[in-house]
Amino acid sequence: MQDYQTQKPTVLEILNTHQAMPGNLLPILHGIQDTLGYIPPAAVVDIAKALNLSQAEVHGVISFYHYFRETPPGEHTIRICRAESCQAMNGKVLETHAKQQLGIDFHETTADGIFSLEPVYCLGNCACSPSITIDDEVMGRVTTEKFDRLLATYKGAK
Amino acid sequence: MTRVFISRDSTALSLGAEQVAKAVEQQANSKGLSAEIVRNGSRGLFWLEPLIEVETSQGRVAYGPVQVEDVASLLDAGMLDGKQHPLFLGNIEEIAYFKNQNRLTFARVGLTDPVNIDDYLAHDGYRGLKNALALQQTEIVKQVTDSGLRGRGGAAFPTGIKWNTVLNAPADQKYIVCNADEGDSGTFSDRMIMEGDPFVLIEGMTIAGLAVGATQGYIYLRVEYPHAKIALNQAIEAAYKNGYLGENIQNSGKTFHLEVRSGAGAYICGEETSLLESLEGKRGLVRFKPPLPAIVGLFGKPTIVNNVISLASIPVILDKGGEYYKNYGMGRSRGTLPLQLAGNIKHPGLFEVAFGMTLRELLYDYGGGSASGRPIRAVQVGGPLGAYLHEGQFDTPLDYEAFAAISAVLGHGGIVVHDDTVNMADMARYAMEFCVEESCGKCTPCRIGSTRGVEVIDRIVEGVQKDKNTVLLRDLCDTMTYGSLCAMGGMTPFPVLSALNHFPEDFGLQSAKA
Repeated sequence: MQDYQTQKPTVLEILNTHQAMPGNLLPILHGIQDTLGYIPPAAVVDIAKALNLSQAEVHGVISFYHYFRETPPGEHTIRICRAESCQAMNGKVLETHAKQQLGIDFHETTADGIFSLEPVYCLGNCACSPSITIDDEVMGRVTTEKFDRLLATYKGAK
Repeated sequence: MTRVFISRDSTALSLGAEQVAKAVEQQANSKGLSAEIVRNGSRGLFWLEPLIEVETSQGRVAYGPVQVEDVASLLDAGMLDGKQHPLFLGNIEEIAYFKNQNRLTFARVGLTDPVNIDDYLAHDGYRGLKNALALQQTEIVKQVTDSGLRGRGGAAFPTGIKWNTVLNAPADQKYIVCNADEGDSGTFSDRMIMEGDPFVLIEGMTIAGLAVGATQGYIYLRVEYPHAKIALNQAIEAAYKNGYLGENIQNSGKTFHLEVRSGAGAYICGEETSLLESLEGKRGLVRFKPPLPAIVGLFGKPTIVNNVISLASIPVILDKGGEYYKNYGMGRSRGTLPLQLAGNIKHPGLFEVAFGMTLRELLYDYGGGSASGRPIRAVQVGGPLGAYLHEGQFDTPLDYEAFAAISAVLGHGGIVVHDDTVNMADMARYAMEFCVEESCGKCTPCRIGSTRGVEVIDRIVEGVQKDKNTVLLRDLCDTMTYGSLCAMGGMTPFPVLSALNHFPEDFGLQSAKA
């Protein structure tokens, strides 16, 4: 894990640019995660101080939302939809297959650090279930074969 | 230069529209053909995406579904002149699936360049706002009330009444909040509007601001919709540049500012008070009501919280009048509902139609039956908190009251189809599991009831004291229905009990009719 001191200037700058914004905590957390890939636990102190909140309040917000993470993600984050529409199109088979292929469970990262796996509840791509995202790319009608092809492509692109 | 339309809609992209667009551009260039590629929204006939439409002298001609490897043969066949090809579909608007819709809210989606304000203006855009600027606030609200529009997010509360409450609440600051946290499985109409015609939402919110005297709007957008965020921000920027947002809108002296805020993967934030907490930078805990958000909303100020489709329906109402909109629909369900056909269905897509069509017509005449070719066994309408319907209920008209009469909901209009391989005890268990995952934790029936629900269903399925545990499950559902603070815990029993009542055999039960 990176030393927080090298990340701190980024955090402070994000805090600075959002100072005047009403209801700024979520935008700040997004800003940090978008830039650093996660929200370093040590950043909570700086965020709390800048927003005049307790550290517990900031931590409470981070932990409430599924999207925010406090550990560095793999190079690519794969999100697999677990919702009903995808289940109706063999989503569970895909989910099991993905875990097997990657050798990890949800909320984990592969040993080589390439892929993190997260569950997601609906991507709004229900007309072409089952769906996954890899980083910001949505993929529809993902069969197990298509999943393997995608995996190979992303591994190759490394 | 021939205009070629290839969608930027997420679902089209998920099937390769980006690669197709690049291939058309490159190959047309190298063949010396002149083509201007416009990235439009989707027409919503998703089994035909990636779809290419070409503007020819005989009108728009469509081809689909197109893969990258088809592009060369399409160009060779004369696609840019609308010539024949195995993927030729003709005029997409003549296909029954499209032709028999009533596209009021979705009038421009798939037709125009979503982020080009001139294209928006050329297709009746901002006519509603123009009318609204000439009206008194009460007159704008009256148009909305007269239209009979009810909240399209799922609760179906009359929009005009909500607006009137905010209008009459005295305050130095009021807000318009758009609920774009479209988390229901099987729904994507909000996403399609935001990606395919973001200006219509911006216009609707601006009119709402004028109507009640709010100068600031927020679109609370789920983080799972990155493409919608891009389109919204591009459109908002264009609206500011052209004097449709900001100070002194179209020289009227009126002000309205608009900003997109991202959610963070919490389903509960689609509940309006939880959403407001989240916008304020807090955990998305549901608030007690009263006070209503219309009186004490965002930052304690009177706030309209409306769904995307509700707000996007405002421009056509102000353009053509409340009466025009009201003339569509049946009973107390007025206007149109953009339905979304999803899951195991041959022809999935967006189907905007006046209330009153039956589920059966939609599933078979337009949806074409299941994608797998197997019989349709269960259909969940209205998202993860909606009831499962069985074949015997498919003749129910799509109408709020008709659905309520069979203990079901229309919700946000999402329809998820399951074929006969579905195990309904699994689906009931999943409904409870989802509630465990997404409960905000504030009230006990939802927070603890859902966990107990998973356990009780497991016991029934395992055959442990079946009858006793079935009684217990019903009792638990009763507590959740009547004891929960919001619809999350309050409606989770809909899918659970409908699965139990209509498909007892999947729970290993003989007959469990309530």
